Amino acid sequence: MRTSKTGGANEGAKLRRKFEAWGLIRRALRTTRGRVGAVLVALVLIVCIIGPFIAPHSPTAFVTTPYGPPSSVALLGGDNLGRDVLSRVLCGGWLLLLSALAATLLGVAAGSAAGLTAAYSGGRVDGLIMRCVDVLLAFPALVLALLLVSVAGPELWLVVVAVALAHAPQVARVIRASALDIAERDFVHATELLGERPRRVVSREILPSLTSPLMVEAGLRLTYSIMIIAGLSFLGFGLQPPSPNWGAMINENRNGLGVGPGTNNWGVMAPVFLIAVLTVGVNTLTDTVARVSLGIQRSSDSQPVADPDLVLVTGGPA
Amino acid sequence: MTSMPRLVVSDLTIAMDRSNVDVVDQVSFTVDAGEVLGLVGESGSGKTTVGLAMLGYARRGLRFLAGSVALDGQDIMQLRQGEVRKLRGARIAYVPQDPTSALDPSMHVGKQVAEVLKIHSGRADRTQIRQRMEEVLREVALDPTQELLRSYPHQLSGGQQQRIGLAMAFACRPSLIVLDEPTTGLDVTTQRHVLETVRSLCGQYGVAAVYVSHDLAVVGDLVDKVAVMYAGRIVEYGRTSIVFGQPAHPYTRGLLAAVPTLDRAAVLSGIEGQPPRPGNRPNGCAFSNRCSRADEECVTSDPTVREVNQRQLRCFHPIESGTLSRSVLTPNRLDDMSGTPHLEVRDLNASYGPKPVLHEVAFSVSRGSCLALVGESGSGKTTLARCVVGLHRRWEGDIQLDGQALPAGYRSRSDVLRRQVQFIFQNPYTALNPRRTIGATIAYPLQRFGGLTRAEQSERVESVLRDVALPTSYLSKYPDQLSGGERQRVAIARGLVVEPEVLVCDEITSALDASVQAVIVEMLRRLQADRGLTLVFVTHNLALVRSIAQDVVVMAHGRVVESGAVYKVLDDPQMPYTKQLLADVPRLKGQRWDADSADVHQTTAGAERP
Repeated sequence: MRTSKTGGANEGAKLRRKFEAWGLIRRALRTTRGRVGAVLVALVLIVCIIGPFIAPHSPTAFVTTPYGPPSSVALLGGDNLGRDVLSRVLCGGWLLLLSALAATLLGVAAGSAAGLTAAYSGGRVDGLIMRCVDVLLAFPALVLALLLVSVAGPELWLVVVAVALAHAPQVARVIRASALDIAERDFVHATELLGERPRRVVSREILPSLTSPLMVEAGLRLTYSIMIIAGLSFLGFGLQPPSPNWGAMINENRNGLGVGPGTNNWGVMAPVFLIAVLTVGVNTLTDTVARVSLGIQRSSDSQPVADPDLVLVTGGPA
Repeated sequence: MTSMPRLVVSDLTIAMDRSNVDVVDQVSFTVDAGEVLGLVGESGSGKTTVGLAMLGYARRGLRFLAGSVALDGQDIMQLRQGEVRKLRGARIAYVPQDPTSALDPSMHVGKQVAEVLKIHSGRADRTQIRQRMEEVLREVALDPTQELLRSYPHQLSGGQQQRIGLAMAFACRPSLIVLDEPTTGLDVTTQRHVLETVRSLCGQYGVAAVYVSHDLAVVGDLVDKVAVMYAGRIVEYGRTSIVFGQPAHPYTRGLLAAVPTLDRAAVLSGIEGQPPRPGNRPNGCAFSNRCSRADEECVTSDPTVREVNQRQLRCFHPIESGTLSRSVLTPNRLDDMSGTPHLEVRDLNASYGPKPVLHEVAFSVSRGSCLALVGESGSGKTTLARCVVGLHRRWEGDIQLDGQALPAGYRSRSDVLRRQVQFIFQNPYTALNPRRTIGATIAYPLQRFGGLTRAEQSERVESVLRDVALPTSYLSKYPDQLSGGERQRVAIARGLVVEPEVLVCDEITSALDASVQAVIVEMLRRLQADRGLTLVFVTHNLALVRSIAQDVVVMAHGRVVESGAVYKVLDDPQMPYTKQLLADVPRLKGQRWDADSADVHQTTAGAERP
């Protein structure tokens, strides 16, 4: 933690108050690591958002020969059917990004709802939810998504739901563990003693204290979402040809990999590069948020450690 | 004192690594062989930092800036890491605060004691080590049976664990031993035994000891010399009988006046305000902002150390009036004490899972009076309190409020009952939601129970905040901006805002310094009188009982041992357990008692002004 200097206590208190999501991101952005992550994410975001507007050709127009080499017409050459690789890369990102975001939000929401319910209800409800979670966890995320999509058809919204469903059990586990810890704090008991309804105890006392694990979990899941959705597209699920899509592009153009005439590596390399940058960026940013929140927790452990009576206090119920 | 003192610390200054701001400033003292020096002060005063410096150790983020720590003439500050390491455990030993976390949980305790000997006595063979180990275990009053040696720390009691810690410290016959609050968390009886062991071993083997503690009663009982620390500096230093007998520094006096005592019902007067955070010492006398004697000079210039009445003192305006005098509370019985009890517990049996923790507990509290539940850790007093408020549901028996039976869990109680009985938690650091402002925290119960307009609510919140002596500017603050004592006040305010009839306080001052505890207890007593509250005060501190309660229930192993009026039980205990408990409580000596003058209603006036 090199951010705090002489401003010390006052600034620390201010920052800690901004423990909420936005404050965490702002703190993360003050570190070099956080900035690197943010810049990487921003680069890919810009490509996805303004890409469709600056693409030189229609992504489905045939402008050059199959696997045509880079030229003034097609800066990154042609793909397997002779379409412009650059245009397809510029247009093929936003939908991937959007569906990954949607899948993540859905998955984190469902998972944390399940995790919170399990943690706070305890007993049989906890057992039931967590056993279901265990069953879902037994399938690898990609396989689970594949299963759903192959049963229900390759619709994009189905892909999103499938990926969300693949995330939910893992999120549920993490959130349940954190919530169990918070639920035993005295301030939660204090609200319970007022006769507050369980749902409000969870939403007003427990949930706000889970901001940082939730954020870290969301970031992590976003990375996985991108990879799974791109992977599904590569396998032919999700967005259907001829619309452009980074995952599908890798598959379509992999025959063009190689050296010599009749090959164009850009068809694979460009989407791979962008997916890699996006994943690394999101991951770096998430990691920084995790570190920052850990740092805040440590420094806001304002319980004076040297205080002798705490041995008694932490000794559990007398 | 013909020869040189064993330990000479001079001008020790320890600073933060990054900013070079000192957290310990020009600390000097000496300790002779066989002598025990006490380092006392509130949390954050730097006493542990100084204690660790005796081992040539500075905590992460701190470093030695100046001064020397000379053990038998050898300056530890000048030694290289490797050389210091050889000294530690051999010539300088350390007994940490919490034996549970200081001992290796995966190693037999016998092996741990032997390890110290093995490391430091290079060529000794196994039988020699074994002999010395058994010897030192006997010295700390442990029987070195095979069973003990082969047990893991968690199989031993807290007292036994701390004795193992002491055995490890004394194993190599050190010249200097640093004890960092070694008896915190131990029951008073165990504490007394451990302290006696420390004292006799130090005397017997001529070990110089530095005893770091916040507990003035323990220190007053044990040590020969005492150094009172405030904000990283020693403010008063001298022989214990002199410093504690005739405290000259207003801070020392404040600390002493805050210590509850078993012998009389003293008016506790705490020290208002809070000490500066480490490294944030203000200009001038660091204590000036909390001192009633401070004037212009104290704020602008720094008092230097000078010799006053056989002690070293850092103060411009020392108190010269001699012995600390304290006001006595007259045993105060309120008028409507007779009649039906307000809260009554009968035949209460409670369990945690299959394990029974309370057996046929019964007591009653009259309206407007305070009942203290006293017991050592594990006596079931906290469980009892939790049964009353409904946090613990697994009990059978009868708890009645105003003749009306209370259902077991808080969920099955009506809003009226929930409102009438309020609970204050032990640990102020977890009792407040960190994401909610103080204002929102206190207003929450009002919103929950409804029936008030927004304006009425905020009026109520502000008035209760005044009652707990916090400024209204705190409404928009968050818990982490408050000290422990302030947080506990907020927790009390949250309980009082719904105007309950019964307040159950679970060890609410055990996480706080004595000086803060005194302020809280006095405040609670005032509020009780003003509002006619019925109070159930759970505590492990017998001395505190005198100052707050009219009736007391002594508990042990989940049963009521003895109960009755405080003056009867404490002055004339009937049960052997109570007698032993009372005998083991460390006492402060040398205080003068004012005539029975103060009563409950005028206790907030400064009690110790000469």
